[in-house]
Amino acid sequence: MNSLPNRILKHREIWLAAAIALLVGLIAMRFPAFARLGNLLTVFNDTSILIILALGQMVVILTRSIDLSMASNLAFTGMLVAMTNAAFPAIPVPVLILTAMFVGAALGAFNGILVWKLGIPPIVVTLGTLTVFRGATFVLSGGAWVNADRMSPAFIALQRSAFLGLPILSWFAICAIALFYVIMTRTPFGRSVYAVGVNPTASVYAGIDVGRTKFLAFCISGLVAGLCGYLWVSRYVIASTEVANGYELSIIAACVIGGVSIAGGLGSVAGAVLGALFLGIIGSALPVVNVSPFWQMAISGGAIILAVVLNARGERRQGRIILKKAAAA
Amino acid sequence: MMHTTIRREQLPEETRQASPRFSLSGISKSFPGVRALNKVALSLYPGQVTALIGENGAGKSTLVKIMTGIYQPDEGEIAIDGEGVSLPAAHSAFVHGISAIHQETVLFDDLSVAENIFLGHAPRTRFGLIDWSRMRRDAREVLEAMGASHIDPDTRLRELGIANKHLVAVGRAMSIDARIVIMDEPTAALSAKEIEELFLLIEFLKSQDKAILFISHKFDEIYRIADRYTVFRDGEMVGEGMLAGTSQNEIVKMMVGRAVDHIFPERHPTIGAPLLSVSTLSHPTEFDDISFELRKGEILGFYGLVGAGRSELMQAIAGMTRTSKGTISLDGKAIASRSAADTVAAGIAYVPEERGRQGVVIGLPIFQNVSLPSLKRTSEFGVLKLASEFQLARRYTERLDLRASSLSQDVGTLSGGNQQKVVIAKWLATRPKVIILDEPTKGIDIGSKAAVHGFMAELVAEGLSVIMVSSELPEILGMSDRVVVMREGRIVSIRENKGLDAETLVRLAAGIAA
Repeated sequence: MNSLPNRILKHREIWLAAAIALLVGLIAMRFPAFARLGNLLTVFNDTSILIILALGQMVVILTRSIDLSMASNLAFTGMLVAMTNAAFPAIPVPVLILTAMFVGAALGAFNGILVWKLGIPPIVVTLGTLTVFRGATFVLSGGAWVNADRMSPAFIALQRSAFLGLPILSWFAICAIALFYVIMTRTPFGRSVYAVGVNPTASVYAGIDVGRTKFLAFCISGLVAGLCGYLWVSRYVIASTEVANGYELSIIAACVIGGVSIAGGLGSVAGAVLGALFLGIIGSALPVVNVSPFWQMAISGGAIILAVVLNARGERRQGRIILKKAAAA
Repeated sequence: MMHTTIRREQLPEETRQASPRFSLSGISKSFPGVRALNKVALSLYPGQVTALIGENGAGKSTLVKIMTGIYQPDEGEIAIDGEGVSLPAAHSAFVHGISAIHQETVLFDDLSVAENIFLGHAPRTRFGLIDWSRMRRDAREVLEAMGASHIDPDTRLRELGIANKHLVAVGRAMSIDARIVIMDEPTAALSAKEIEELFLLIEFLKSQDKAILFISHKFDEIYRIADRYTVFRDGEMVGEGMLAGTSQNEIVKMMVGRAVDHIFPERHPTIGAPLLSVSTLSHPTEFDDISFELRKGEILGFYGLVGAGRSELMQAIAGMTRTSKGTISLDGKAIASRSAADTVAAGIAYVPEERGRQGVVIGLPIFQNVSLPSLKRTSEFGVLKLASEFQLARRYTERLDLRASSLSQDVGTLSGGNQQKVVIAKWLATRPKVIILDEPTKGIDIGSKAAVHGFMAELVAEGLSVIMVSSELPEILGMSDRVVVMREGRIVSIRENKGLDAETLVRLAAGIAA
């Protein structure tokens, strides 16, 4: 059943999936091993964090907002849990994960409150908190790093553990995809997000609290940023003030490539996931086939512009059905 | 060049020979999958007003966009004074002296009156800079010539009411020496008095030998002001001629392809005990000391001039705005109305006036529009059940005779009348005790109007209570059990609708002593 994502968008996602398949095919021509299942799963695992972040960002963008602070939020919560782990190795990892999610959501809520209660444009709020959270990371750590040798084995076990043949990190992404799909298509909140993005005024009349919906969207993007703070630090086994610096742009790029409209109200979980995968494949495959990093950037950039052009075409409003004959047809 | 079905034999001898200032012939325009106009013709004559008549969706707006260079026709010819022209852009319409005044004027709120009048053709100094003093002087002259000397050229447009904005738009038409003036539902947002002023202005334009196209849904206006008519139906031109000697019924027949003899349903109201009571409700700036009761099974009409505070009052009752004083109670229980959601939960539904902006959520399918305020009911443990959403949407849209191919269709693809049905279905689905309809039939076609009226009658027969805000007197008199008249934010009268006549209401609303 298609909820908001109308047929155009459906098509658009199919097109994106086809483009990804083509890309994989092209790479496989030069480097056949790339297309093997095992390798593709590795690529998926490598992209897991981006996928989760893109899903959070998507919810925010759908409400006609944007969250530029996600990467800084990630760095702060990552540092916080890494330092906590270093200081108190006895605290179980699941508690740390919940802490990361809670702290991330709290930072997101701070963005959300400013947007909701003070009516400051989201781009301004999060441009500010992007710097604030990054600065707080520095204050928290005093600029120091937390290295692998200071982390407990359980803390960094994430990379090495697997479940049903898939790395735990991949399972986080899979669960996030499923959860976001249900939230966006099957809950009153998800529906409100779309309604607010498409027509905020009519949403107010329908009894939807637009400000509160945006607030919750920011809480969600904060929560996933917090979760990814732990995932990132545990995967790359380092927490520093430079973690994920500038990564907010990749997150937004994944959404845009995936057909999430910056104007709000249009986009889907499948799109955001595919957009993230597209970037993930470019990032992991092109170095293998000896494409320079410069070209990687050019290709990602080209994909963003192409996606926006295609989206703009898709969003162009169709004429009304005026002739009764046409309506009957 | 003319259409064969034209009732040419009715044209008086002299006008048949007079050559049109502006003529369109064989104009067709298609949008993807839709033919909006099919070989239509239209002629405008100098010094005459031609009324373009048709139900919503007949193609009138498309035609206006072609005349103003916004849309390009797929085929057909446009001629001015017998010479073929093309209008590839809005600017070329301007160059040819075609000026349009829209329902909601498309002027610039933050520029002054003079700047609006002369935007794009401001007088210049020797150095090529804008000659401000001359522009002001010329603007004042233009306004004076139109009898609108009360408008100061330096006023920011934002500060003017809609009627004065129309005057400025006309001033602009005068200043570019427009020879063809298009008025697209100019009276839609005007009060009766302002409409009178507009008509004087149109008479002035006629005396200046302008060719005028007048689009309106209101027959009394058309018969008041127009000389000729052209009727469109479903993207085709179905008739044209002189209005004199053509009856209202004949035109209605052309419009709908059938005669509509009576629009208002007959009712036998059984009115019960008071249900909603509003007491001394006040707002700092919008309305003051509002008290009235709505009884069970009653249609309470709210009449007043535009700007009398009716919509603002209804928004407050619906919980959209905070009030400074007073109480609202439903079934004897006070409603602490803190948000729209609370009011909906209490059993009051508000169908707002602006369908496009406040009503439909274009981009969402029909069924999701209908279920939007009822999501709590269509979900279980926080998860939406699509089946019950569909059921809900089907139940209410079927009752309203919605014409759509599927409930998954985007509401944006529906006509205005059908969109309004979706909006009403959406609010009925909340199972209200009181439904407030704000201008429920504004800008929708006659067929849909009748459907909405018939449906209102059914609702009250089932025991619902309706508040109907309307600026259309026939609707107020045809539907209401009692009428509340508001003026300048206060209730001036509450009357039983027995022997009530239009003049009384207009007098009350305008504050004229009997």
